[in-house]
Amino acid sequence: MTLFYLFGAVAVIASLLVIAQRNPIYSVLLLIASFGALSGLYVLLDAPFVAVIQIIVYAGAIMVLFLFVVMLLNAPQEDTELDMRVHPMLRPGAMRFGTVLAVGLVAELIWALTATTGSASFQPGPLISVATIGRRLFTDYAFPFEVTSVLILVAMVGAVVMARHDAAGGKR
Amino acid sequence: MTPLLIAQIALTLIIFVALLSSAAGMVYFERKVAALLQQRLGPYLVGPKGLLQPLADVIKLMFKEELRPRAADPLLFALAPIISATAAFAAFAVVPFGAETTLFGLLDTPLRLQVADVNVAILVIFAIASMSVYGIVLAGWSSNSKYSLLGGLRSSAQMISYELSYGMSLASVLLLANSLSLTDIVNGQSGTWFGFVPRWFVFLQPVGFLIYMTAGIAETNRAPFDFPEAEQELVAGYHTEYSSMSFAMFFLAEYINMVTVSAVATDLFLGGWHGPFLPVSLGWIWFLLKVAAILFFYVWMRWTLPRYRYDQLMAFGWKVLLPVSVLNLIVTAAGVLAFGL
Repeated sequence: MTLFYLFGAVAVIASLLVIAQRNPIYSVLLLIASFGALSGLYVLLDAPFVAVIQIIVYAGAIMVLFLFVVMLLNAPQEDTELDMRVHPMLRPGAMRFGTVLAVGLVAELIWALTATTGSASFQPGPLISVATIGRRLFTDYAFPFEVTSVLILVAMVGAVVMARHDAAGGKR
Repeated sequence: MTPLLIAQIALTLIIFVALLSSAAGMVYFERKVAALLQQRLGPYLVGPKGLLQPLADVIKLMFKEELRPRAADPLLFALAPIISATAAFAAFAVVPFGAETTLFGLLDTPLRLQVADVNVAILVIFAIASMSVYGIVLAGWSSNSKYSLLGGLRSSAQMISYELSYGMSLASVLLLANSLSLTDIVNGQSGTWFGFVPRWFVFLQPVGFLIYMTAGIAETNRAPFDFPEAEQELVAGYHTEYSSMSFAMFFLAEYINMVTVSAVATDLFLGGWHGPFLPVSLGWIWFLLKVAAILFFYVWMRWTLPRYRYDQLMAFGWKVLLPVSVLNLIVTAAGVLAFGL
């Protein structure tokens, strides 16, 4: 239980610090720390496979790309033109939407934490082997799995098209 | 404290010290082999046959001044070598290097010759390999120097490109072994075919072995793939601005990574501690011999092949190595389905 609180605290504090940083490089690193703590939580839940995949995919692959982009753009400081004293609801559209989403998230969290009573412990699932995960993924969850892969493919094609568009436009 | 726990702690300490001294040993080995290949003598003045040369190098590095560029990011500049060295040590934790032993009957329960027996060991190694990129990238960025930055960027691009092929070659082995645990994989390679050919996976996975070795060279930033530190273009790449012990940490990480890649190759493809003539309890001698052979191969490569061009490296990674490794994985999967290996 001590470990749970330790990993939980690291995850929460690192996530909060991600958005509190001015320097995007530090944000990226703190996000990696947060992912690492989440991976620790998965280990505590007897899911070593998910824990390691979390490190490989998120902390390893995706965040390296993030870091790569941040370094290439070389944006040392995130300058904000906004007056921080103005009430969030009075700021431009995107921020107003963000405020609504944040309020919704907080409401949801409060609901989730109060809906279940503290004593209700859930049954730990059976120790899942990699083979079982694979079989479930390609039978019971084949549809969501394929939809996710198509979604990623669409995002990839979109990114290529957007990058290509600029290059072609430059030549014309 | 049970005897097993004491033995486990002692073993962990031994592995730690062995890894540290393996880096020193590799420096000497590399210089001697390089001298052999270039018809020179190599280090021979410090100690008998120059054996104390690494020690002299370490002492020299310790007494050097620790420099930091004024424009560097102090925190990340200090953190980067630590990340590199830590990742290098951590990866070896899941590598088994010998059969279970009771230390001549001293222990009731047999001791596994590894720090931690994780049942997803292959993935752990892969995960730590992907984390070690950060040390190099951050070193490049935090130095605030163009050579360092270019070195760091190249390294991250290179490691991302070769990690895919690296992972695919690992996947083809675990298809054959039907397990993610390195101990199980090694035990799946015991015995012989026709009485004399050892059942090593290198004979079932020759392509996978070649892919692993190539990607391993790229992952450890060794010549002919040592672009992050290409001297002619980038001075010394990501560690241009480092001096003294923080430079030594990168050096240490590079050699320990080499040892780890070789040790994993031994476990995955060369039958780990299985070999003829020796009893199973002394299997670790076979393991060390095989690792030494692969390390010699690495050094030999470095002093034989010239460095590629950077675009050649990327084209090779994406257009040759990745398709071949995907094809290898498909053929392996089909073979396992058809013959139930």
